[in-house]
Amino acid sequence: MNNIRVNGESCKVPGGWRVSDLLLDLGHIGGRIAVERNGEIVPRSDYEQVSLQANDNIEIVSAIGGG
Amino acid sequence: MGKQYQTEKTGQPMNDMDALIIGEHSFHSRLLVGSGKYRDLEQTRSAIIGSGAEIVTVAIRRTNIGQNSNEPNLLSVIPPGEFTILPNSAGCYLAEDAVRTLRLARELLEGRNLVKLEVLGDAKTLYPNMPETLKAAKILIKDGFEVMAYCSDDPIQARMLEDIGCVAVMPLASLIGSGMGILNPWNIGIIIEQSHVPVIIDAGVGTASDAAIAMELGCDAVLMNSAIAHASDPVRMARAMMNAVIAGRDAFLAGRMPRHHYHGDPSSPTSGLIELNEQ
Repeated sequence: MNNIRVNGESCKVPGGWRVSDLLLDLGHIGGRIAVERNGEIVPRSDYEQVSLQANDNIEIVSAIGGG
Repeated sequence: MGKQYQTEKTGQPMNDMDALIIGEHSFHSRLLVGSGKYRDLEQTRSAIIGSGAEIVTVAIRRTNIGQNSNEPNLLSVIPPGEFTILPNSAGCYLAEDAVRTLRLARELLEGRNLVKLEVLGDAKTLYPNMPETLKAAKILIKDGFEVMAYCSDDPIQARMLEDIGCVAVMPLASLIGSGMGILNPWNIGIIIEQSHVPVIIDAGVGTASDAAIAMELGCDAVLMNSAIAHASDPVRMARAMMNAVIAGRDAFLAGRMPRHHYHGDPSSPTSGLIELNEQ
């Protein structure tokens, strides 16, 4: 298991997990979201290639109402 | 949802060629609206439709982990195919955070690069931090973004934003969410006079006359959120704002009559009156 942070919260994910595994687990597959890993954008097309490393800092965002 | 307003979405300025050009984009409506603070998504959509706006701002925020991801999504009621979604960096206090937020927005919106840059300097007044705004704008423009920048009503800062390549400058009328209207029309006038990119009043509009005054001054457009969302009847206020912006624009293009400060000027002929009693 790897300790990572997702949207500021600590969590453990199985070793070898890709970004796509995390998004699937969170129910975000197919949603209008964007992902940042350690301050860098993870393009949608790379979700299945980019693997999660220990201490990764992941941000997942969506659009909400705002001015 | 707002159907009666859809059918009443009549007014365009008399001159159909009077398009609002922002960067490489062209719009009919000169009213830009936010999508925050509404009661629910249905009211959000009804008010936005009622406003006739084509450009709608959204905020970028963390998804709620563990929350039902099937709940209605903002972009399902204001689809990017139907509106120009303008992501903003509201809530950011540093250039770096604003840049990260807007890069995420571009990814979220499949590469669309028109953004509203907003870098705040103070949590109480929400006044913009102009050095950080300029810093973020430079980075974003270099990275291929079309930047519409929220700014103070300082003509020098506005000129700096234009000089580095912002596609629109968006000075505040008054503080964000204050509803205080245009507090310094003379500064806005200087910015309008000097600018070669659209000048869009962003923040502070409270009611329809504020929007009309902005357009009569010669602003290219008006952006608002609270004035509509916090009205008692947001859908009706959205329509009022649409009409105010159209009326203000037409009045600006029509050219108002001169002001006579110290004498009246009768509208009726002064000759041909019946025999009057001597005064």
